[in-house]
Amino acid sequence: MASKFNIDLTVNGKSHAVSIEPRRTLADVLRDDCGLTGTHIGCEHGVCGACTVLVDDKPVRSCLMFGVQAERKAVRTVEGLADGDTLHPLQQAFWENHGLQCGFCTPGFLMLAAGALEENPDMSDDEIRDVLSSNLCRCTGYQNIVKAVRIAARALRAGPRA
Amino acid sequence: MNWIGRSLPRLEDPSLLKGNGSYVADRIGNAASVRFVRSPLARGAITGIEIPSGTVVFTGRDLSGVKPIRPILHRPDYVAIGQPVLPVDRVTFCGQAVAVVVAEDPARAEDIADRVFVDIEGENAIVDLDAALATGTAPVHPEAVSNVLVEGRMKTAGLDTAFEEAAEIVTLELRSHRQSAAPMENRGGVAVYDVASGRVTLTASVQMPHMLRTGIADALGMTESDLRVIAPDVGGGFGQKMSLFPEYVVLVWLARKLKRDVAWIEDRRENFTASAHGRDQAFSLRGAFAKDGRLLGLDADLRSNVGAFSCYPVTCGVEPLMALAELPGPYDLAEYGVRSRGVTTNTCMMAPYRGVSRPMLTFSMERLMEVAATRLGIDSVEIRRRNLITAFPHRSPTGLVYDEGSYLQAMEAAAKSVDLPAFRARQAAARLRGHFLGVGFSVFSERTGYGTPAYAARGMEIVPGYEIVDCTMDPSGDVVLRIGSSPHGQGLKTSLAQLVSDELGIEPHRIRIISGDTDATPYGWGTFASRSMVIAGGASKLAAGKVAHKLKTIAAQLMETTAESITLENGWARVSNSNQATAIGVLARAAYHQSHRFKGLSPGLHESAVYDPGGTFSNACHVAIVEVDIETGGTRIERFIVVEDAGVLINPMIVDGQIAGGVAQGIANALFEEIIYDESGNLLTASFADYLPPTSAEVPEIEIIHMETVSPESITKAKGVGEGGAIGAPAAVVNAIVDALSPFGIQLFELPATPQRIREQLRRAGVATHG
Repeated sequence: MASKFNIDLTVNGKSHAVSIEPRRTLADVLRDDCGLTGTHIGCEHGVCGACTVLVDDKPVRSCLMFGVQAERKAVRTVEGLADGDTLHPLQQAFWENHGLQCGFCTPGFLMLAAGALEENPDMSDDEIRDVLSSNLCRCTGYQNIVKAVRIAARALRAGPRA
Repeated sequence: MNWIGRSLPRLEDPSLLKGNGSYVADRIGNAASVRFVRSPLARGAITGIEIPSGTVVFTGRDLSGVKPIRPILHRPDYVAIGQPVLPVDRVTFCGQAVAVVVAEDPARAEDIADRVFVDIEGENAIVDLDAALATGTAPVHPEAVSNVLVEGRMKTAGLDTAFEEAAEIVTLELRSHRQSAAPMENRGGVAVYDVASGRVTLTASVQMPHMLRTGIADALGMTESDLRVIAPDVGGGFGQKMSLFPEYVVLVWLARKLKRDVAWIEDRRENFTASAHGRDQAFSLRGAFAKDGRLLGLDADLRSNVGAFSCYPVTCGVEPLMALAELPGPYDLAEYGVRSRGVTTNTCMMAPYRGVSRPMLTFSMERLMEVAATRLGIDSVEIRRRNLITAFPHRSPTGLVYDEGSYLQAMEAAAKSVDLPAFRARQAAARLRGHFLGVGFSVFSERTGYGTPAYAARGMEIVPGYEIVDCTMDPSGDVVLRIGSSPHGQGLKTSLAQLVSDELGIEPHRIRIISGDTDATPYGWGTFASRSMVIAGGASKLAAGKVAHKLKTIAAQLMETTAESITLENGWARVSNSNQATAIGVLARAAYHQSHRFKGLSPGLHESAVYDPGGTFSNACHVAIVEVDIETGGTRIERFIVVEDAGVLINPMIVDGQIAGGVAQGIANALFEEIIYDESGNLLTASFADYLPPTSAEVPEIEIIHMETVSPESITKAKGVGEGGAIGAPAAVVNAIVDALSPFGIQLFELPATPQRIREQLRRAGVATHG
């Protein structure tokens, strides 16, 4: 049996000390060791993007990163997006614009968009569509996802929520 | 307040958006991990299985008491094939589960599975339709005399005369390559064993929980009451999660055998190799046309590769028999001859996938219309205009009765929205600059919401179709609706809540809908075949209507008037033409706590209803404008327009979501996705790097226009709309490509129209690349 490593990582502002095998992916660490099942696993080979989380503010495929690589890093997942009961503008826009159906890919799209908009709040509509092509959705045909992110981008540019 | 027709944001969404969705992989708890050992060969005899010492592994011999999955069609031309849950002597496709490992975590289970050695004496696999139908090949299944497992035929009396009188006979060979539904969530199940009762609760990512319970209980020889099946949040299904798969039978067997909880979460490679595929079809068509473009007769030979086994409960007849029955589609055709065969091969099983045969048959008919139009010198729209059905009810040559639709009107609206004369001018100008734009039409019918008569006519031993709904208003005036249908992400709960709100005069968020739990819902058929809104919706309307009637009766007695003069709205029972009103909550409480006061009424507010309709046809016209790069064969969809008639829209936003998502899958079918086996039956496209669902970069904005034909065949006035997007898009896209390349006289009859296939045709036409 492979030996385990003790690592510390921060998830949604809360520190977690976990003891994990080196082969364990960050996605599995988040889901099974941190109990945060909002991050979904769709392909485990880095294409679908359902497992996208932010690591030190950058979107990453958590299925392509080992848990041990997240040592002392700050991870953000979909569970940390809302402010208590107040949805993040992205979540609100997805809701109002039917940006989700089965909801399985949704956390990955939300985190991808959150990371991309933090990096470049002024993305053009075309740039938004281009960034969102990183992830797969099987239900929506994408147009409501694209629309929701464009609307959320405008809301975020307009400033903090009241 | 009228809730029907409003784009209410979905009640399902807040939990899903916050990461609080509950999919099967989120419900593993302390269950042991299950991993299936899968056959590395497509065909052969199992001569031995070596199990590493000290591990928990079971093989087909351990499960010899489990009955095979053997769905039945009562047709003389159907050959029933049993699918062993784990085979003992033979493997029939690459990826078939041959042993099962139980270990403490998924990684260890996978480690052990890698060390299980399955010794197979390989045989030549039969992979494609032609090989399977060739004479002299040993059948895939030793118990069958040939590889044809189902064969339907019919021929109308005047077919030969139609061909004799034809001005033009168009003969086409068409091919649709295999596709996977590829839901974003793979399959998976958790079987929890209750030590006290011996019951097992199987939570699984499925579309038909009740059917799964029956199928597993039958296979294991257990009573259904000892098994509870739960479908939690399901991450898409599109048909793939309808069928009973061996893995679920094995999970329940393991839980009972080991008296512990076990969990299997499928990985993507397993989903590609061993869940289910669809659309592997080859059609030969002959169309007899009059000089004016009218289709006088159609003669078809249809072959569907159904893979290694017959899917339960709908059987391997699902694609071939649908193709036989519905090939004429939206066209007024008098004379029809058809032979349709389901052919078994050493490949993953075919099962329903969004559209079932209709993407291919629409592609075939719409290509036929285009070729005939070109040969006869008639415009694309005009030839359809001369053939579409316009009088209702319409009886097709196969006996299907089409209710009111807007086939012609939808096409005219689509043609108008694309402004054909302006497009033709733009197309001509673009060609001068070396840009090749084309427009493609696709008109089709979508048979939806059909109940037991349709399935009985197909000869199914298990006849699905009806839905039962229980509606209860509690003493505070809130409602619980228990449905046998089982959503897989389409927003059914919101749509049903809107329907019921209008019946009961309360707001949608006060209606809780319970689905996907065999302990908590009436027996039902889950979600498939664009049925949920029509059938579960109809039963919900009826059940809620009964509760509404009782509320009105109580209100009438309390307010000393007649039930007919009461209306329920905005939480109140109002007496018409007066200011008198009583809160619905007050009536509900009285129904439970003051029941002695109401003459002739039973206590409480609990009603049940069944709906079992004959079916209703939605219709649509899709138009694609596509640009083709003749150097690379690459395509870009510039515009995609859908004119859809799905009757009354309960929630327009949800309907549009169904259409857009379906079109994306249809575009995938048209241009990108293809399951490819090598000649030995090894799957070459077992990842998202090789099998290519489109992204937001490839799928354009879908423009949607609605028409609203009210049908007497649906009591909610809604028609089904789950599959149309996927049905119509392939034909529209390929017709547009052919139109774009019309200067070169190129034809395409194969899906998907990949750059390689387009370039091959361009090369044959002498169009070289400059590179």
